[in-house]
Amino acid sequence: MNILVYLEERNGRIRKPSLEAISAAHALGGTVHAAVIGAEANALVEQAKTLNVQTVFAASDARLAKYSSRATARALAEIAKQANAEVVLVGATGRGKDLAPRAAIRLEAGYVPDVTAFTNSNGDIVATHPVYAGKAQMSVRVTTPVKVFSTRPNLWKPSKDAAASTPAVQNVSVSFQDTDFSEHTTALTLSQGKLDVAEADIIVSGGRGMRGPEHWTLIENLAEAFGAATGASRAVVDAGWRPHAEQVGQTGKTVSPTLYVAIGISGAVQHLAGMSSSKTIVAINKDENAPIFSIADYGLVGDAFEVLPALTEEIKKLRSH
Amino acid sequence: MDPAGVKFILNPYDEFAVEEALRLRDKFKGEVTAISVGADNAKEAIRQALAMGADKGILVKGDKSDSFQVADMLAAAIKPLSPDLILLGKQSIDFDGMEIASMLSELLDLPAATVAVALNIEGNKATVEKEVEGGRETIQLDMPCIVAAQKGLNEPRYPSLPNIMKAKQKPIQEVSGAPGAKRTEIVEMTKPEKKRANKIVKIDGNASQAAHELARMLHEEAKII
Repeated sequence: MNILVYLEERNGRIRKPSLEAISAAHALGGTVHAAVIGAEANALVEQAKTLNVQTVFAASDARLAKYSSRATARALAEIAKQANAEVVLVGATGRGKDLAPRAAIRLEAGYVPDVTAFTNSNGDIVATHPVYAGKAQMSVRVTTPVKVFSTRPNLWKPSKDAAASTPAVQNVSVSFQDTDFSEHTTALTLSQGKLDVAEADIIVSGGRGMRGPEHWTLIENLAEAFGAATGASRAVVDAGWRPHAEQVGQTGKTVSPTLYVAIGISGAVQHLAGMSSSKTIVAINKDENAPIFSIADYGLVGDAFEVLPALTEEIKKLRSH
Repeated sequence: MDPAGVKFILNPYDEFAVEEALRLRDKFKGEVTAISVGADNAKEAIRQALAMGADKGILVKGDKSDSFQVADMLAAAIKPLSPDLILLGKQSIDFDGMEIASMLSELLDLPAATVAVALNIEGNKATVEKEVEGGRETIQLDMPCIVAAQKGLNEPRYPSLPNIMKAKQKPIQEVSGAPGAKRTEIVEMTKPEKKRANKIVKIDGNASQAAHELARMLHEEAKII
């Protein structure tokens, strides 16, 4: 079975969710190939050649200097045909979740979004993804010959090994149409410095229990001790204490970090939807009946204000070893 | 999931889409049609859109379980209307797929931008601010185009009582969807399995001890730090 993995680029580097998709591809079982699509695919092709794939398929066009989802989708579908791919995997990033269903339509393929697990029984592939804001999960079988999936970031390990032998490079010629570029990116504005909640391995998140924005240094200090990003519940974002970019939850970001620390957050269903697939969850809350404790691996019941400074010191000590 | 007794609501993300449509109609003059795919109970959501101020509604009767079929039915119903702008929510809160706008784009051969937190229209060009990891992507689209709304695009209005009354008289056309074959099948729906350790410690006046214990558990048991 040929599996094609799309490699998404940002600032000249292949993004982690694409490396995770390569791991997912190997776990699924089959021959794994990579697709690189861009204006000058060469730099990315060189990076792709260091990955554990058999062939790097590359499509390039000067007009792709500005990202265009329609053009990229056309190229990805064309590459999938050339690679004779039965499965196409795309990391479920903002771009990926738009690109994957487009490729699916072009390939007349069934699509499952935001996959958290696969099973493969002699070629019968079933993909699981969260539904109802994470309260349930749905297992889906794609019934078309070609199958497209987007894989949820931060679940599979990013694949960093090289292949047994250097991948071959195959250039694919794509007949782009002018209308493919009728929608294109003109700017990508990234917040400088701050680690984004969606990419962080550890998140320290605060809710109404923090009583006011003036107390957020407690959260920030603990985050710094952990080397973590800071997150927030919807309540404090709506109250204007924290920016929407930090919001974790159904109407904010969905995250699956290695560690999620929820401080002064009660654990409303909509918040849980955004973080329940975190590998380890810690909750600190005054209320022992707060719903957050039901999904916590570790928790402290009591006043966050009392314990945060002490906890920050403990974490600093541990991490300085 | 047993739908009996469940109140079907207008998908919250679609509220942003309806609101944006109403604002643009009021700015540029035009007409807003609210369209939905589903069973009879979907009419309730269309009525809510009409109560917000949409001019007319269309219900495409069909099975919603396969996203391709939903997109296909929508595309067939939308095509003859030749709208300048198609607005929808970024995802439905049942299946959370985030795929319809992108599929419609391919099926209708129209540009689309998703997860829009800002939309500006000038002449026949639309500019969208898309929320992505770590920041925002500015996307320019030729019109007619499709935009999928994210929270923050606008503040949806509450239907006024007069508008709720008026909505009862607004027409909802019903058409039968005839989509292409299903491309997926649902095997099962289960509750997520993840078992949590639930090791909860009371601070009980001794903050430094509690902090130490938590740090120890993270270090020795979870092996995270």
